Amino acid sequence: MRIAIIDTSTTRAAIISDGLREAGLDDLVLIDPAGALARQIEAAQPEVVLINLENPSRDLLEDYFAMSRALARPIAMFVDQSDAEATGAAIDAGVSAYVVDGLSKQRIKPVIDLAVRRFQAFSRLQRELDEAKNALAERAVIDKAKAILMKRRQVDEPAAYALLRGQAMRTNRRIAEIAEAIVTSEALLGDME
Amino acid sequence: MTAEIFRIGFLPLVDAALPILAHELGFAEREGIRVELVRDMTWATVRDRLLYGHTDAAHMIAPLAIATTLGRDRPPVPLGVPFVLGLNGNAVTFSSALAAEVGLSDGLGDPADTGAALRAVAGARKAAGKPLRFGVVHRYSSHNYMLRYWLAGVGIRPDEDVEIVVTSPPFAADALAAGEVDGICVGEPWNSIAVDRGVGHIALATAQIWRRGVEKVLAMRETILDERREAVEAFVRALHAAAAHFVEPGSAEASADILARPEYLDAPRDAVLRAITDRIRVAPGGTPLHYPDFMFQYREAANFPWRSQAAWLYSQMVRWDYMAFDAAQAAAAGHVFRPDVYRRALAGSTAPLPGASSKLEGGLDEPIGAGSTQGRLTLGSDRFFDGRAFDPDDIEAYLAESP
Repeated sequence: MRIAIIDTSTTRAAIISDGLREAGLDDLVLIDPAGALARQIEAAQPEVVLINLENPSRDLLEDYFAMSRALARPIAMFVDQSDAEATGAAIDAGVSAYVVDGLSKQRIKPVIDLAVRRFQAFSRLQRELDEAKNALAERAVIDKAKAILMKRRQVDEPAAYALLRGQAMRTNRRIAEIAEAIVTSEALLGDME
Repeated sequence: MTAEIFRIGFLPLVDAALPILAHELGFAEREGIRVELVRDMTWATVRDRLLYGHTDAAHMIAPLAIATTLGRDRPPVPLGVPFVLGLNGNAVTFSSALAAEVGLSDGLGDPADTGAALRAVAGARKAAGKPLRFGVVHRYSSHNYMLRYWLAGVGIRPDEDVEIVVTSPPFAADALAAGEVDGICVGEPWNSIAVDRGVGHIALATAQIWRRGVEKVLAMRETILDERREAVEAFVRALHAAAAHFVEPGSAEASADILARPEYLDAPRDAVLRAITDRIRVAPGGTPLHYPDFMFQYREAANFPWRSQAAWLYSQMVRWDYMAFDAAQAAAAGHVFRPDVYRRALAGSTAPLPGASSKLEGGLDEPIGAGSTQGRLTLGSDRFFDGRAFDPDDIEAYLAESP
């Protein structure tokens, strides 16, 4: 069963194709998102097409499928109403799948399930990455705020941190927010004395 | 009272203005509705989010709401349209090369004359084995139907003499610049952006093809329309108030400021402002000219979902999907538009409410007073460029006489 993958994220496309290969589905075609879409699909003759929901080429792709209805094996988003649940789960995960008419549900389902799990895993990774990036950025701001307090209040580092933490607890805000406020006001008012 | 949440899907287009302004300017809040806007880049995704409950309602091309209800290309899901977000506001833009070949002027040309000149070019290009190619925003869009109506009306057979492909609005100017298409029919601000970038020349406003053509609608699943009727009616009132504000003299600058923002259209403010003030820069470097019919967001009960408008769209679906007319499908298409909900929402307000739910489309030459059960209603000329009128009760005869 040939599966085509169209994804604006090449990393995610790689993650999905790895997963499919591990599951023994190794007839894969990675579509170049920068190339001519219809021509690549036509050449690949896939039976299943996986595309990320936010891909800007989805309207073009659906139009191509509608136009190729005259072909022997038309491709549609899903074959019958009973697939609605699987399609809903896929949409929730951020992937949409198109399959050729007549392909049995038992063969499609594992592909869709796998794509959904891989998309979810990718989102989780991305979220973790964002969180790690944020944490790093917050650490840098807190360090800067501590340095400002140490200089202005003539205190050592633990005392500066205690000041930050105390203010955060009193005002029910995060330490990073207090630190950010200090850094901002230093930038605006730092030269006034 | 806790606010009822409405998540609204939209594409970055000027005619997404009413839900955006209803949210930004507090019209929704006043009706007890909290709006959350969900921006996408394709109609397929706007539709899928609507069908699978990521959104409660959507800014949608009217024919797609009908195609989804009828189950074109997929299992049918009934949608309802209680409110029309606007009439027209689109244009046909040629690449600079095609504009020169056709001999476009610096003004908006006459559809018949421009069409005759285009026909000659299209014929030559087809004979040379390189037929003209036009981009429209979606297969089930008013853009596709307006363009095809015009082409067929001037003797150019779509699908035979020219190619029509799908190009997403934000990429339409790029497609023109790259020579992938020779012309586009898209909504604003994307025509103006193509002109400002020096890659396109506006040939016609779609209002010149049909002066009062239905454009985007507020679509939702019929189950939402039934189960959350009170909230839907409240939201219709909010949109109507936003529409009244949108056309108030002096509001355009502030509306353009909001719409141009990165989270909405993410587009140049000047192009947005030109569109909402009906000023069109036809050719690169030209002075914008005022074309008051360009887009209608409020006047003449523009927001009223006439069943005859849905019927016209169905007639074009039959025509261009090359399928047989089906009376039951025609009735289902007409039923997508819900004047009953619109009436109930605005009963007791100052909004004019038409007495009828359907009318002869394209039958008016002059503004005329129309029957209303509330307020005074005047309808302007709604002519098609070829002078034909559409009787929603006799779609088959209309189709039989279509070129």
